[in-house]
Amino acid sequence: MKNTRTLIQETTKGIIERNPIFVLCLGLCPVLAVSNLVENAVYMGAAFTFVMFFSNITVSMVRKIIPEKVRIPCYIVIIASFVTVAGLLMQWFIPGVYKKMSLFINLIVVNCIVLGRAEFFASKNNVVRSAADAVGMGIGFTGALFIIAVIREISGFGTFYGIKITPEAFKPITSMILAPGAFLTIGFLIALFNYIKLKKGNISE
Amino acid sequence: MLRDKHLTVTVSPHIKTDLTTEKMMWTVITVLLPVAAAGVYFFGIHAGLVILVSIISAVLAESLCLKIMRRGTAVTDGSAFLTGLLLSLCLPPEIPLWMAALGSFFAIAVGKQAFGGLGYNIFNPALAGRAFLMLSFAKEMTTWKTLTRFPDSITAATPLNLLKEQGTDALMTVYGSMPHLYKKLFLGNVGGSIGETSAVLLLIGGCFLIARGIITWHIPVSYLATVAVISVFTGGISNVLFQLLAGGLMLGAFFMATDLVTTPITKSGQIIFGIGCGLITMLIRVRGGYPEGVCYSILLLNAVTPLIERFTKTRIFGTQKQ
Repeated sequence: MKNTRTLIQETTKGIIERNPIFVLCLGLCPVLAVSNLVENAVYMGAAFTFVMFFSNITVSMVRKIIPEKVRIPCYIVIIASFVTVAGLLMQWFIPGVYKKMSLFINLIVVNCIVLGRAEFFASKNNVVRSAADAVGMGIGFTGALFIIAVIREISGFGTFYGIKITPEAFKPITSMILAPGAFLTIGFLIALFNYIKLKKGNISE
Repeated sequence: MLRDKHLTVTVSPHIKTDLTTEKMMWTVITVLLPVAAAGVYFFGIHAGLVILVSIISAVLAESLCLKIMRRGTAVTDGSAFLTGLLLSLCLPPEIPLWMAALGSFFAIAVGKQAFGGLGYNIFNPALAGRAFLMLSFAKEMTTWKTLTRFPDSITAATPLNLLKEQGTDALMTVYGSMPHLYKKLFLGNVGGSIGETSAVLLLIGGCFLIARGIITWHIPVSYLATVAVISVFTGGISNVLFQLLAGGLMLGAFFMATDLVTTPITKSGQIIFGIGCGLITMLIRVRGGYPEGVCYSILLLNAVTPLIERFTKTRIFGTQKQ
């Protein structure tokens, strides 16, 4: 199948049409874990996009010299290197945040979106396209995480980015910041996504 | 073409009942009205408002969902009304009204309609709503109103709470003698959720439903019997009556665990279901962190209902054994 997308389309497809969370339903574990605070979501999204971008480019560059049989370990090594870089950078600039989130940052190594893009896209496309794809996926992931986190933080803590915004009479709904709240929010957002797609009548591919 | 009117040929089913979903729902609601009335009588006007708000919220949520999802069923079948009523009956009387409304909305929108509507939900919607509220507002859901209506009223936590936190001696000091406590539990003049206080009204209602054939005896009897047997082992004979009458057991056994959608259809499956509920209820009451386990026990057994049904499937006669 010949890829007929323009570079712009290659980027934007990750935002709505192939949104990694709402459409592909990949990488849900970090989403469940860090989406209870907008702040966490923003940093997680940034770290994810960083790793996604560089690992996609690198995989695309070396795609022709990686033997077919050991490609997955190779991808993992590449991804793990960039996760380490991201972790060290965060430790340098924002040590407080890193302390809180180090576990989930490190787990990006086995994030199925990053690995999935390496396997399905970067290993078959050139560097420029892979970079465009990574940017789109990064925006799609961060955006989705941000939406989920906004809903969960406002309803579960009554705050937005740590600032209280709900009136005193509102009692935060504690279950929204626990795991059930994450599942419910993601479920309903996926339903909303599907509904909109159905309305527009363009379920692509 | 058959013209003889004495020889009509129709497709099955040939035996029909006049017991429709609608009729069943409204009968259960009618039976629960005295229970609700008793709740208002014992706890005051706020309890009545809680009941009202949660029914209205459930019906609104149902009609909204039916409209959005374009479902064929009508809101007048009473199922949403019943869910709202059942939910309010297992809420504490002093809960803020908006929480009751939220719980009721959750019960219908998430507990029922998100799974496919009436007949498709895995969990009892009212209990799903209660579990959601319990998880969200732990403090409000365990603040029990002090009964101030009667001179000999008790201003304390529910009997099960007392037993859990302070032991039997505290229970005796607050309620006086055992017979005195039984009388209170039986009639309903005791702290607790709106609809779980009066055991006698729930028993009458439950028996009426069994007599009318709306529910069968299998689940309530096996449920209550299991609780009774275990309570003998955990606290002696004198413990039995207390464990049976206290908390939400009567409400749960007769009205929640007998929900037609979320419980097994086979008779033997229903007995397994009842025993399982009884085991988990007593496990939570005796060993768990919560004073009462009726809600979670029924929800857990709801989850394994498809499994129970698979194991208790009736044999089809006239076929070869596989």
